[in-house]
Amino acid sequence: MSALLPPSERIWGNHPLDKVEGTWIAIALVWCLFMFFMMPYWHVFGKQNYAGEAYRTTPAVYSAKVEKMVEAHTVRKETALDIPVVRPPAGSDVYLAGRLWSWYPALELEKDQTYRLHISSLDWQHGFSLQPINVNAQVVPGYEMVLTITPDKSGEYTIICNEFCGALHHTMMGKIYVVDR
Amino acid sequence: MAEPVQRNTNEQEQPVPVLQQILDNPFLLLFLGVVMPTVFYILWGVMEIVTIPMAN
Amino acid sequence: MSELFRTCPRSGLVFHKAAESLIKFNAVTAVVFLAVGGVLGLLVVMTRWPAVHLLSADLFYQVLTGHGIIMLLVWIIFFEMAVLYFCSSTLLRCRLATPRFAWLGYVLMLGGAAITGVAILQGGSSVMMTSYVPMPAAPHFYLGLILFAVGALIGCFVFLGTLVVAKNERTYEGSIPLVTFGALTACIIAIFTIASGAIILIPTFLWSVGYISNIDPLMYRVIWWAMGHSSQQINVAAHVSVWYAIAAIVFGARPMSERVSRGAFLLYILFLQLASAHHILVDPGVGTEWKIFNTSYAMYLAVLASMVHGLTVPGSIEVAQREKGYTNGMFEWLRKAPWGNPVFSGMFISLVGFGFLGGITGVVMGTEQINLIIHNTIYVPGHFHPTVVLGTTLAFMALCYFLVPVLFRRELFLPGLAKWQTYLFGGGTALMSLFMMGAGTLGVARRHWDMAFSGAPFSFEFGGAAYMMMGLTGIFGVISVIGGAAFVIVIVGTILLGKKIEDKSEYSTARPAVLPMAPPAPANTGTGFIAPGTFALAVVFLATFVVYYFLNWMYLSSVWPMK
Repeated sequence: MSALLPPSERIWGNHPLDKVEGTWIAIALVWCLFMFFMMPYWHVFGKQNYAGEAYRTTPAVYSAKVEKMVEAHTVRKETALDIPVVRPPAGSDVYLAGRLWSWYPALELEKDQTYRLHISSLDWQHGFSLQPINVNAQVVPGYEMVLTITPDKSGEYTIICNEFCGALHHTMMGKIYVVDR
Repeated sequence: MAEPVQRNTNEQEQPVPVLQQILDNPFLLLFLGVVMPTVFYILWGVMEIVTIPMAN
Repeated sequence: MSELFRTCPRSGLVFHKAAESLIKFNAVTAVVFLAVGGVLGLLVVMTRWPAVHLLSADLFYQVLTGHGIIMLLVWIIFFEMAVLYFCSSTLLRCRLATPRFAWLGYVLMLGGAAITGVAILQGGSSVMMTSYVPMPAAPHFYLGLILFAVGALIGCFVFLGTLVVAKNERTYEGSIPLVTFGALTACIIAIFTIASGAIILIPTFLWSVGYISNIDPLMYRVIWWAMGHSSQQINVAAHVSVWYAIAAIVFGARPMSERVSRGAFLLYILFLQLASAHHILVDPGVGTEWKIFNTSYAMYLAVLASMVHGLTVPGSIEVAQREKGYTNGMFEWLRKAPWGNPVFSGMFISLVGFGFLGGITGVVMGTEQINLIIHNTIYVPGHFHPTVVLGTTLAFMALCYFLVPVLFRRELFLPGLAKWQTYLFGGGTALMSLFMMGAGTLGVARRHWDMAFSGAPFSFEFGGAAYMMMGLTGIFGVISVIGGAAFVIVIVGTILLGKKIEDKSEYSTARPAVLPMAPPAPANTGTGFIAPGTFALAVVFLATFVVYYFLNWMYLSSVWPMK
């Protein structure tokens, strides 16, 4: 029972390794280093990254930016709640707000155009979860995340909330329509 | 109870390897185990948050 | 003051009376909480099973909050206190340092758990285990957690104090045993965990009573996770120690190399806690360098450590079995292992489940960019159930099958049930987790009452595959709970109804004999490669790991370009 007993010699710090252990440690270390360098590699050569662009803000300031965009670029209203669908110019800054319990406003984007999508919360924390492609981000009040996106397939995309935000969390939903030019 | 066994008689005179000295010192390990994540995770992380710029 | 000790005639373990009572109380309290948390888990899984959808939304979130806190903190830390006292006092044949403080810690933990429990029951604190600000909980929700943490911290210092006493009173020869060293690793991680918890929960408590006006939610997340994730790293260190202990208890296995196994624990001490960053990978800001360095435990050095333990634990068993003559082929040592002994089967299922399901998925989802397609989906609980339930809980269950009869001096109750329990619980949990991961890959959210989104302004439907996965999650979740209930029945039955063992081990004030060093290994017969079967299994593990890792990169590369 020697894992339950002190080592069999007073000095054990220089015992030789068996080949099984030595070989495995070498292989595992190579794999670990590979996985580590994969992340910076993907930042340089991969296409799906979040580079960490973010700003400090307040719900009031952020809300004003959202409203300004909604006023300027709303193209239609949908559902019984008259939710505005906003079609911002290609390449522009787009402001999306998470709040109890909706993603506001709905967006219409052009395929293969690049947008700077700002995301923030006006109250509690929310989880931006874009379906069906399953892209997710944490949405934190007081911070404005900027994700530069290039939708490359047209279609209807749904934003659900996947951070618990109270009783009607499951009703929190938004839309991004990606249309061909 | 284990039988008295024949052990290497020279071992008392050998120097204890550095790795073993570290591993045999619980309070040094405690120090390392608290300082490493405090510096790399918490302090560095807090610095990252504090330096997020204001939105214009 | 004279200290009372008894020697267990069957196991040879030496129990200090005060430590023995503390081990019993902490372990039994843990099992009671496990039972409560299991009932809550059943309610959670029956609600997420779309065809059943048992609870209302409010009740679901309330129950889920309770399930998370009881299972991830209360059950497991109570049991870890028992493990710490066992690994210090019992294994070192030493009196426990300051038993009165240990009892104070126990009372604080119990009181804290009760206070937080009341807060959750009252309904105003359905904030999930994470209690992200600015969503408010009742002040006593945080207060209970703080008291619980202080109690656990006292337990950690009692453990360290006992190490000091043992060294000063020379109760053992040479260095502390490997299992005690693993417990020390757990204790060190626990101290960092609890300190982080205090740094964030005390201000949050003051905020909840109105004394502080604002807690920065991003700061909260970073520091809270230094507690929330590290608390699960205590589990990793603790259950790896339990694996080594069980290999020694069942097979008389000795570590393949003290240097390698302890070195791996040192890597845990240095790097394991950095992985709290897994939760911050898709948070606004917090730079890329910080994310990559921390999420990879500084170049995956703690993953290296887990891969080492994953080899050396079964490797030491293989060596011990081969010495007993099971030398045919690669795997006779494994085939002839005591699969009907729940101490062994529980430990082995824990090892395999933790490695293949918990470990691989943890590294993959903790890869900075891959986290984009996994964060906050039900894949996340699909990852941590194999780590905390298969890995830790099952390892602790296996240890209980050995320790409870020894401590309570009773035969195991319903041993036939115990024999099947590990398979039922392990199999149910493993399959539940796999289907959760499948559903998460398809986008199903965690902490979400209704995957049909009834009442939402727009409509969105997950495909049939996602519903099927959630249905199977429900079925195997129920099986897992039945397996957990079987454990509680066996253990509670053993304590209350088990046949008494008349072992005549009286308490005496005589000082126990000094813990001797392990007998030296027999002269090495082979010239290396002493555990080929284990090595082959490790290669299978690595191949699975590599394939799964690249599959996820492939999946990531198919989504919208973004930066």
